[in-house]
Amino acid sequence: MIKKCGELRNTALLLGVFVIAGCGGGDGGGDAGAADTAPAESPVDAATAGNVAGMVTFSGTPPMMAEINMGSEATCAAKHSTAPTEEGFVGGENGGLANVFVYVKEGLESLSFPTPTSAVVLNQDGCTYRPHVLGAQVGQDITLRNSDGLLHNINASPTENRGFNVSQPVDMETNRSFPVAEVMIPVRCDVHGWMSSYIGVVDHPYFAVSGPDGSVSLDGLPPGDYVIEAWHEQLGTMTSNVTVTTGGTADMSFEFTEAMAGSPVPMGEPIDLLHPDGHQAVDH
Amino acid sequence: MPVLQNFIPNGLSKKLRSSPQCVVLGVLLLGVSLLAVPGDVIAQVDGQVVYNQWCAGCHGEDGAGAGPAANTMLPRPRDFTLALYQVRTTSSGELPTDADMLKVINEGMPGTAMPGWEGVLTEAERLALVDYLKTFSRFFQGDPPTPLDFGRATSGGADAIARGEEVYQMVECWRCHGEQGRGDGESAPTLNDDTGFPIFAADLTENWRFNGGGEVGEIYRVLRTGLDGTPMPTFSDIVDAGVITNEDLWSLAHYVRSLSPEEEPSVEEVVTAKLLTDTPLPQTVEDVVWEGTERFYVPLSGQIVVQPRWFNPRVDAVWVQAVHDGRELALLVSWGDPSESPDTLWTDFGGQVVTTMGSEDEGAATGSGTADQLVVQFPQQLSEGPERPYFLQGDIRRPAYTWTWQSDIAGAVESIARGMGTAARQPDSEQHVRATAQHADGQWKVLFVRPLDTGGAEDLALTAGQAVPMAFQAWDGDNGESGSQGAVSTWYFLVLGQPTPVAVYVAPPVALALTLLFGLLVVRQAQVRSGMWQEPDAAARAKRAAKRKQLAGMGVGVIWLGIAFGSYQNSRAGWEAGYADLGFWWAIIGGLLAIAGLGALIGTWIHTRTSK
Repeated sequence: MIKKCGELRNTALLLGVFVIAGCGGGDGGGDAGAADTAPAESPVDAATAGNVAGMVTFSGTPPMMAEINMGSEATCAAKHSTAPTEEGFVGGENGGLANVFVYVKEGLESLSFPTPTSAVVLNQDGCTYRPHVLGAQVGQDITLRNSDGLLHNINASPTENRGFNVSQPVDMETNRSFPVAEVMIPVRCDVHGWMSSYIGVVDHPYFAVSGPDGSVSLDGLPPGDYVIEAWHEQLGTMTSNVTVTTGGTADMSFEFTEAMAGSPVPMGEPIDLLHPDGHQAVDH
Repeated sequence: MPVLQNFIPNGLSKKLRSSPQCVVLGVLLLGVSLLAVPGDVIAQVDGQVVYNQWCAGCHGEDGAGAGPAANTMLPRPRDFTLALYQVRTTSSGELPTDADMLKVINEGMPGTAMPGWEGVLTEAERLALVDYLKTFSRFFQGDPPTPLDFGRATSGGADAIARGEEVYQMVECWRCHGEQGRGDGESAPTLNDDTGFPIFAADLTENWRFNGGGEVGEIYRVLRTGLDGTPMPTFSDIVDAGVITNEDLWSLAHYVRSLSPEEEPSVEEVVTAKLLTDTPLPQTVEDVVWEGTERFYVPLSGQIVVQPRWFNPRVDAVWVQAVHDGRELALLVSWGDPSESPDTLWTDFGGQVVTTMGSEDEGAATGSGTADQLVVQFPQQLSEGPERPYFLQGDIRRPAYTWTWQSDIAGAVESIARGMGTAARQPDSEQHVRATAQHADGQWKVLFVRPLDTGGAEDLALTAGQAVPMAFQAWDGDNGESGSQGAVSTWYFLVLGQPTPVAVYVAPPVALALTLLFGLLVVRQAQVRSGMWQEPDAAARAKRAAKRKQLAGMGVGVIWLGIAFGSYQNSRAGWEAGYADLGFWWAIIGGLLAIAGLGALIGTWIHTRTSK
């Protein structure tokens, strides 16, 4: 009898809590609370803005990248004129280092930027991610595109954001976005073990990925002092302090070296507010 | 308010939420709840205490999935700090609902070390655990997740299954799960989970081992939500994009369900070898005889007694079929194994498994790539009593007699073993067992054939009708298994079917004849009553005759029911002995007799009542 009574009581309690919690919510949504503390949106004055430009280079013996055997995927293999290799390290002419994500790490705290309405594209073409390293702004749509017409899954495993694992068995597009800044978010395809990509998500538009010649630039920065970070998936990170003057182009250069191979490569570190001491860093 | 929506119809809940009455209703309900039972009846359960007592051993006190026992497990225990949950009703990447988390705590994760806790912990304790698990990740501080709308479940049937098979091909499930669904797809050897551990593609022919449940609705849920933290993606986007319909996805779930048996196989202690009388003994694994031969399910588990031990066996069960023809026994053993070891495509996977398991046992494997293996073991000698050899290939006192098959060697070897790893090959003159094997679509089939009596002094002679202990051990070389590091079963019995006793064939005709005889008697009596057989004289005599007829009618009815019961017993015995034909015919006879018996009783009753 007591048990039955207890059950009834629990049901009533639960219902009561649910009803109250559900009240007043409506369909409004929208996170208004953040507005109080967040910096006001501050468009940059193009007339006073400056640039940062430079090179990312590598000195030493470049690591050999293994050839990818796409024998099982004739469709993909046919899309490559030369034998595809893994992309953990892509060097260019004159010691240039490609696929380095370069972004303003510090110096923009007082500004906030609107979310771009256009999407960035992560294309799966020839069983390879194009681009291999991609930048996006917080909340910006990332279009996941399958151009191969065969099964890919896009498995993103961030730590600051929630991940996703989407299947695309045919030519199609799917949009996803990340609400929190995170450098970097690894992306892989489990169907094709060689496919990997990294997405850098920042809360401003000042990011770039070094090209095949190692050149990189961040344009339209308001004058001021900045810490710029360069991230490479095998060589870790380097930072550089630059001062941007009105209309000027500040120089930045990052020289990664052979000795940095195997350095810790930071990904978004998980934050655990409730168990700050019990927290264990995830080993990447 | 996902949970609220579960309790209150959608429209109503919306209406409620937008009205001030809503708050009033909530307060009232709360008030009722507080009044209904005094507070001290509710046990105050501390989730942390429950967690540390029951969960931390595997998941660790810090929730990171690295408790003291975690090293013996693959897949590893969940790391709660990542807030990645496989079993959810929410989109890929979303948090689970409380109900989702409770489901896993209640039911466990089939096919893993995670047991269900429904019968172990109280509901209050399990609910407290849900709350405590959420404190391991800051992600739970946000809004509660909203479950997906799954639409209406479609009914199954052949059409749905056929459509599901098309969808299986179209969305390319076979890339990981294989053409026949046994987890042997071309991408299977390269799979890792989000924490970098090797992970198997599920064998879809064993739905009782599916994470998150093996029924159609549960399979559909996994297709919609994916299994976060694993390579299994969500298929929601292709429905949203119109590549397939939601109904197609349901059909896929029906198809996947159809790959497994209708019921989870039960474990029978006795494996019956049917006697073949007019069919030759099968000599290949593909012989049609096997299609009509009962399959016996024999579960295996990791060998964890003898060092080095093995906690991650790939072969979770073997299916056993047996027939004999009075001279030879044919034993077909089938089991799921994605590769024909050693297969270079799987070398890395096996190496990762061995590294992950990181056994510190002396002599533990350091790499993979040995052959697959199967051992069938019997006692060397049958004992009079219930004693059997030690299940790990016997010991000094009671040796085991074994048949060993290996994927890289043709045939099989007969040995005598006195403990794990001590098998000594019998001399060539004592080698009588023949074996043929086939690996196709992620499944091994190995057929052993041996004379019932080899005449060999050390060989176990098999006699029809006798229960012979039998056990199995299996190794997947590409999973890093060899030596004592493999999968083992406990003892079962092999019973060779006997020729059917003559009495079984004689009794039915006799019973039929008796039925006919009694039937004629009843007909005659009825005819007497109707005047066709007029008694010569007198009312008194007629009265006595009526009384006699009543007794006779009742007697006949009772006797028939008795014989019907006997037939039913025979029928049951027939079915149980595996003679479906005899069981069937006895059932027919019993049924007819029961009808006749009841008819006699009721008829007599009606007859005597009206004659009054």
